[in-house]
Amino acid sequence: MTTPILEFENVSRSFKKGRTTIIPVLQNIDLAVNPLEFLCLVGESGCGKTTTGKILAGLLAPSDGRVLFEGQDVAKLKGEDYKRYRRSVQIIHQDPYASLNPTHSIYNILSYPLFRHGYVKNYAQARDRVGELLQRVDLTPVGDVIDKYPHQLSGGQRQRVSIARALTTNPSIIVADEAVSMVDVSIRISILNMLMAMQNDLAVTLVFITHDLALAKYFAWKGRIAVMYLGRVVEIGRTPEITENPQHPYTKVLLSAIPEPDPDRTRTKVHVALRSEDIPRLTELPPGCAFHPRCPWFVEGVCNTHIPQLAPVPRNLGDSDVACIPLTQGAELKLYES
Amino acid sequence: MNDEIVLKVEDLSVIYNSSRGPVRATSNVSFELRKGEALALIGESGSGKTTLSLALIRMLAKSAEINAGKVLYTRDGKTRNILDMNDGEMRAFRWNDCAMVFQGAQNAFNPVLRIRDQFLDTARAHGRNDKEWLRQRTLELFKLVRLDPQRVFDSYPHELSGGMRQRTLLALGVLLDPQIVILDEPTTALDILTQRAIIDVLNEMQTRLNFSIIFISHDLALAAEMADRVATMYAGEIVEIGGVNQIFYEPLHPYTLGLLRSVPKLSHGQDELVSITGNPPNLIDPPSGCKFHPRCQFASEKCSREAPPLTEYDAGHQSACWHVDKVIEARKDLYKKKVTES
Ligand SMILES: Nc1ncnc2c1ncn2[C@@H]1O[C@H](COP(=O)(O)OP(=O)(O)O)[C@@H](O)[C@H]1O
Ligand SMILES: Nc1ncnc2c1ncn2[C@@H]1O[C@H](COP(=O)(O)OP(=O)(O)O)[C@@H](O)[C@H]1O
Ligand SMILES: [Mg+2]
Ligand SMILES: [Mg+2]
Repeated sequence: MTTPILEFENVSRSFKKGRTTIIPVLQNIDLAVNPLEFLCLVGESGCGKTTTGKILAGLLAPSDGRVLFEGQDVAKLKGEDYKRYRRSVQIIHQDPYASLNPTHSIYNILSYPLFRHGYVKNYAQARDRVGELLQRVDLTPVGDVIDKYPHQLSGGQRQRVSIARALTTNPSIIVADEAVSMVDVSIRISILNMLMAMQNDLAVTLVFITHDLALAKYFAWKGRIAVMYLGRVVEIGRTPEITENPQHPYTKVLLSAIPEPDPDRTRTKVHVALRSEDIPRLTELPPGCAFHPRCPWFVEGVCNTHIPQLAPVPRNLGDSDVACIPLTQGAELKLYES
Repeated sequence: MNDEIVLKVEDLSVIYNSSRGPVRATSNVSFELRKGEALALIGESGSGKTTLSLALIRMLAKSAEINAGKVLYTRDGKTRNILDMNDGEMRAFRWNDCAMVFQGAQNAFNPVLRIRDQFLDTARAHGRNDKEWLRQRTLELFKLVRLDPQRVFDSYPHELSGGMRQRTLLALGVLLDPQIVILDEPTTALDILTQRAIIDVLNEMQTRLNFSIIFISHDLALAAEMADRVATMYAGEIVEIGGVNQIFYEPLHPYTLGLLRSVPKLSHGQDELVSITGNPPNLIDPPSGCKFHPRCQFASEKCSREAPPLTEYDAGHQSACWHVDKVIEARKDLYKKKVTES
């Protein structure tokens, strides 16, 4: 097996709130990002996707566990090796309004990291390279864009600038955190397609973070999806397996709940009802499996007492791993009756 | 649903006066809303959806001007033009006849009032002082939106989750039994499982109370699930309107077709998606002729010269396009996979 390009080993992250409260945002995550794969992290807001992305990109340190870059613990990387890791993993944020400095021209925004990391030496080189980058993200003709300011561009164009900026350091991994969520439906796909083309054209591994499962499916069709719930990965597997043959109760409930842009399908969908609509607070996580108070297939004395670990499902022909004790022990799911 | 028309909008236009010039946010919009029906207004952000719905209840910003059109409202056989109502009549109209749940309103409750008092205030402001009536009515409505009245009534807004606040708002919206409820992006910013709960609650409420819904959304899936009819808006105009199946399976406008081709589907195997080229237009200086022509794959010279009128092609199905025949040809591959699969 190839070495993952990035890897989480039992990573946890918590934040302090006030003097005494500790918020456990991520718990015991094992996750491997393989070279040139399309990996998608999905889950509802607050499940820890952004925190995971920031830790992958080195913007945030884990409270526990290790992050490995090309097999090496990033906490131990020094000097040039550490800089190379930080340059290699770039992140694109959701909001192109907030992440681009409004007082800088597009040329300034893109040339700054080029000079800083020594990719260019002078103005002429910088103009050339910035032009190339703008072409790469389909902001053409370059002359129409290069001297503009962010507010003079549309939301979609701004997000393209953010992507161009991520490319300034020739990254091997791009973490795109809800990168098209604020972009209009009609142009979303062109930005997504452009990102996906970078895997082949620029040998970039893509980690795509979204709350939109249909988008995740499109993006990672040839890759994998990891489904997160309250700070843990509850199911991970090849995308068609996840969307067409979901195993974990949470994945099943989620897929059944999502409306689809097809009247017949969406109106004949069977919705699995939750036992409770309340999402537990991270500071008051239920014992055992965090999904158990809501799970339609809850098993008393198992789910509320033991924390499930990711493992294959014996009866499943697919290769997904799920964190659900009844499933991984080979039981049939039975609706809970109280 | 029956054929009784509760709202008839004729040629409505709204302009915002901005420092950069007049913004034509809604142009010559006409449509009808029947009793008990759910009409979805879909389109990208900036296409004029919110402006149109604010015009219907005359809650537009000061800089806005309704410069043409009629909004005819019918209740109990009596028809009135909303644009002719005086302030007092207008206040009574909002809530009693037409309630609007604003986008993000679940975060705009008065933070220092208990939910109970928000209901009381609303009832009083509209001349309903009968406490016993209010108690009965709210109990009934809370049951309908699946909230525990005891718990919610004494709460302050911040003590409720986003989904609970949204359901509380729905209950508040129908408190005075309006005929029409306008919902602006009712599930945007809510989580998937919360969205599902809201959709189910709304469907149930509508079945029980038989009001008409106008809901605004950029989410095609929500329209597919909830709407009886769908209107596609582009650059301030309705470019296509029809039954939900007509719009999704037999679109007649290139923009609707483009939207359908660009939305990922959860259960159709591998998607082949295509974006619409270009960017949404600027409404201060919109393109000539058909406003969609610079982005349209079928555009001809005529399209840049002459704006196509909204024209009926099938029963209840209208499109504003000079090249409907080309759309019909092109839409054939839209659900190809679905057909070959099954
Ligand atoms: N700096 C922080 N301090 C305290 N809590 C935080 C911080 N960052 C994130 N959180 C909390 O961690 C949880 C997960 O957040 P996030 O990773 O942003 O989730 P997602 O991206 O899936 O919505 C949320 O409950 C959030 O409020
Ligand atoms: N108060 C306002 N002043 C000036 N322009 C406005 C105002 N509100 C909206 N607009 C403009 O009107 C157009 C339609 O906006 P809106 O009705 O909010 O669209 P939607 O709800 O479809 O996103 C946009 O171009 C928007 O910028
Ligand atoms: Mg996030
Ligand atoms: Mg709006």
